[in-house]
Amino acid sequence: MTDSAKLIEVLGNVKDAIDANAEYLTDLDAAIGDSDHGINLARGFRKVAEDLPAMAGKDIGAILKKTGMDLVSTVGGSSGPLYGTAFMKAGASAAGKSEINTEDFLNMFSAAIGGVKMRGKSEEGEKTMLDAMGPALRAAEEAAAAGKSAKEMLEAAAEAAAEGAAFTKTIIATKGRAAYLGERSLGHVDPGAASFAVIMKTVAESY
Amino acid sequence: MKKLINAADQVEEQMIEGIRKAWPQYLKRVEGTDVLVRAAKKEGKVALVSGGGSGHEPAHAGYVGKGMLDAAVPGAVFTSPTPDQVYEAIQAVAGEEGVLLIIKNYTGDVMNFEMAADMARDEGIRVEQVIVDDDVAVDGSLYTVGRRGVAGTVFVHKIAGALAERGASLEEVKAVAEKVIANVRSMSMAISPCTVPAAGKPGFELGEEEMEIGIGIHGEPGTHREPMAGADEIVDKLLSKILADLDFDGREAALLINGCGGTPLMELFIVNNHVQDVLTERGIKVHKTLVGNYMTSLEMQGFSISLLKLDDEMKELLDDPADTPAYREV
Repeated sequence: MTDSAKLIEVLGNVKDAIDANAEYLTDLDAAIGDSDHGINLARGFRKVAEDLPAMAGKDIGAILKKTGMDLVSTVGGSSGPLYGTAFMKAGASAAGKSEINTEDFLNMFSAAIGGVKMRGKSEEGEKTMLDAMGPALRAAEEAAAAGKSAKEMLEAAAEAAAEGAAFTKTIIATKGRAAYLGERSLGHVDPGAASFAVIMKTVAESY
Repeated sequence: MKKLINAADQVEEQMIEGIRKAWPQYLKRVEGTDVLVRAAKKEGKVALVSGGGSGHEPAHAGYVGKGMLDAAVPGAVFTSPTPDQVYEAIQAVAGEEGVLLIIKNYTGDVMNFEMAADMARDEGIRVEQVIVDDDVAVDGSLYTVGRRGVAGTVFVHKIAGALAERGASLEEVKAVAEKVIANVRSMSMAISPCTVPAAGKPGFELGEEEMEIGIGIHGEPGTHREPMAGADEIVDKLLSKILADLDFDGREAALLINGCGGTPLMELFIVNNHVQDVLTERGIKVHKTLVGNYMTSLEMQGFSISLLKLDDEMKELLDDPADTPAYREV
């Protein structure tokens, strides 16, 4: 499904997509947070992209671990540790592999979500990035079980992530800074769920 | 915005260097990081690491020294330090006895420090943590994020620091830190806001005749706004909230009247004058009083009251010697 060179290409595309959506994500954050999600995430992925050339030839686990470390050390706030943990856990799950198949991908994705739940002490339904990640994983698992191609699997995940992000509009935040707003968080899309939907869409479009 | 700075994106770096150059007898910078550690590492004890956003000076670097912290990790203004920085601090001070992280309860701080703790544990370092949540302005039961950590954190540094200095185990130091957290309550107010250099405008605006009650330490708005009142009346308001939250009557206590950065000491003493009278009336004996800028919010004008209910152990540890830039006990 993917080798190290392809992963480096995909991560570069993610950087471009986050850059292009930085203002949109920051605007979402202004409504229910502290208006820096897009700015912070763009800074993080710029650092990731900067370090990608030196990752050529490294295994997939090492590249993802480095990506996670870069995000953790540059993004700040709570999205830094959350996305950082997600990439590091995915990396640990792919340690030593220079190529991954569909099954590896699903295991990595599942490990990443487990990391976000652990780090954020959160579950789905609390108006966080998990509300985009959970449905995306389930859609990918279904597609894989139905024998779909890798591209079809990623497209299904991207679509489910977008739907999950839209769903966060309808629920009240109980985690993160938006939780201080209580019911006033209704009607707004969670910025973390939105940024994950952007990332998932970019990954799918890279295949 | 009028500030004594050079450039908004340089404030943290230039402040850290200024701190290092001011207090070389107490602390030094870990090369290539923002971490400040004791000038002479004390071996054979549990190491205490704390930190948080910058803008709270003298917290936290001012409490690095004998009888208090071993390392302080400053982040960007009002922003948690990142895990790699906290990890560097842990690595710099860790010994066989282990490390205790003292974290204030904010989502970002907790995540970044916990992540650093995980990284250190992966390296075989013993790390425990406590989370300070002393602010009674925020209703802890309303949502799951809980109460904020504010100026009461200074008492955690002092008492846990004293026990660590005596050579107690990591479990014992953690237990006494948790005891302090369970017995300290704080409440604050502001009469003028503060401006984060990078933001360029204040976190909230107040009219001439208004005050903000229940503020945090990051220039964020408080729980509500009221017409300005006299100092004694404001003290009654804040104290009643603290005393309603925990029963102090007939007990000994430690008191911190904390300035938010822009409040004259004269006004803090006027506040203290009435606080002491009210506590005496309630039969609360004040064992120790601190008045000054211990946990600030840049140039904010305002103050907080922190009250710690003491037992014999905490009382003794509070009286133990401490020698740091911002807290001395002889």
